[in-house]
Amino acid sequence: MTFLADLSMPIVMGILLGGLYAVIALGLSLIFGVVKEINIAHGDLVILGSYFGYVAMTIIGIDPILSLLIGMPLLFGIGFAIQKYLLNRAFKISMDATLIIAFGISIILQNTYQLIWTPFPRGLTTSYSLKSFSAGPIRLPLVYLLNFIVAIVVMLFLREFLRRTYLGKAIRAAAQDRKAAHLMGINTDRVYAFTFAIATALAAIAGVFLGLTFPFTPISGMPFLIIALGVVVLGGLGSIAGTFVGGIAFGLAQTLGGHFFGVAAQMLVAYTMVLVVLAVIPRGIFGR
Amino acid sequence: MPEETLLKVSHIDAFHGSFQALWDVSLSVKPGEIIAIIGANGSGKSTLLDAISGLVHPAKGHIEFEGKDISPLEPFQIVDLGISQVPEGRRVFPDLSVLENLIIGSYNRKARSERAQNLHRVYQLFPVLRIRKAQLAKTLSGGEQQMVAIGRGLMSNPKLMLLDEMSLGLAPILVNELYRVLREIRERGITILFVEQNVRRSLTEAERAYIMETGRVVLSGKVAELREEEKVKKAYFGA
Repeated sequence: MTFLADLSMPIVMGILLGGLYAVIALGLSLIFGVVKEINIAHGDLVILGSYFGYVAMTIIGIDPILSLLIGMPLLFGIGFAIQKYLLNRAFKISMDATLIIAFGISIILQNTYQLIWTPFPRGLTTSYSLKSFSAGPIRLPLVYLLNFIVAIVVMLFLREFLRRTYLGKAIRAAAQDRKAAHLMGINTDRVYAFTFAIATALAAIAGVFLGLTFPFTPISGMPFLIIALGVVVLGGLGSIAGTFVGGIAFGLAQTLGGHFFGVAAQMLVAYTMVLVVLAVIPRGIFGR
Repeated sequence: MPEETLLKVSHIDAFHGSFQALWDVSLSVKPGEIIAIIGANGSGKSTLLDAISGLVHPAKGHIEFEGKDISPLEPFQIVDLGISQVPEGRRVFPDLSVLENLIIGSYNRKARSERAQNLHRVYQLFPVLRIRKAQLAKTLSGGEQQMVAIGRGLMSNPKLMLLDEMSLGLAPILVNELYRVLREIRERGITILFVEQNVRRSLTEAERAYIMETGRVVLSGKVAELREEEKVKKAYFGA
């Protein structure tokens, strides 16, 4: 009985944490699924979202979640520009070129954060970010529940957008067959720019909720990128539902790993699971 | 009286990387014609269609459509001008429904306003697509997928339709049906340029034909004349 009660904490925690991971990984998954680029700078763009929330909160004095009303369009624009002016051009040279450019963007962003906000850790501390809630015998931070709800809402929105809108259909078409999309009169460069822009707007959301949950520094993007890569690989490349399930699997592996082997080993357990899944089902849980 | 030309390909060379796929290829199509490009695998037929569609930019020469040089244009601009291609291997979007595939065919602005009308026409040509409209394209048979591919090509309101190996891998009875539809499409005023490996079929369906070998046009003319050419007889009919 006590064993089960002990276990309920890491399980609930892992599932909820998985929601945050899924939101972080969603943009990466979208770009990979459609443009076939691995956006190494995705983690840093998420952290840009965190810093934007931080600025909105400390300087302008608005709630970081509310600040997304400005943060999302802003990052949407930045993402559109990155794909249009940098990656679409690199793309025509080779896929490796996009990887290198994204790496360059990552370094530039990290160093810019250092200059502006110093390496000192920041957090988005609001009235609700320190609250907790009870579920049966356990108490959990309220933000974790919030993260999970946001994950579900964002995924449903993205799914419906891709299904129902004309741009969404074009994005799916371009993802499925680039040549045929060209022949249908789809300007794929433009579709890719919109895809990247949407992914970066999603990074703005991820950044704010990450900031509400954990402290962040200018170099926090990298560890979260690696987590997101693990999540995307677990779930199956380019699948929205897969990213969600992958996030939860990763969160569970981390919290259960921490529970059984100690906090120091939790990431080791999570990445070992990614490797095992890769070896057994290389296409991931929802992969095609 | 000079006859107007819809499409004029003049002396183009085209490359895939460092491999030259087209050598000094010329071709002309008048409005309302139905023309075949015949040749074995690797003779450059598909590259020629891709060059017209803007997927491959010719290294030399010009492609004119309605008197306008289209060789530097991007594929989506060429679709806007009224050229649509039904690619080899059908290439329907597998995880999109039949209806979504057709709708994507009317992506350019001009075609969007006439979407309902064009969709109605496509359903008239291929009634089975109306029944299957909610199904994912990957669940259709090869013949039905080809119908989606042709229907999708019609959704952009083309003046000129390019068809690449439409009959490949399909049962003869289906091929007959597709060619019947092709004649109907032509009767509606759409000019047709098709690539076909089946020489007998090409020389029956087309008015004129171009015969390609290793990236060059080696013979061209009215099909009735081509059928009498010794070279054609020997190479393709074994007579």
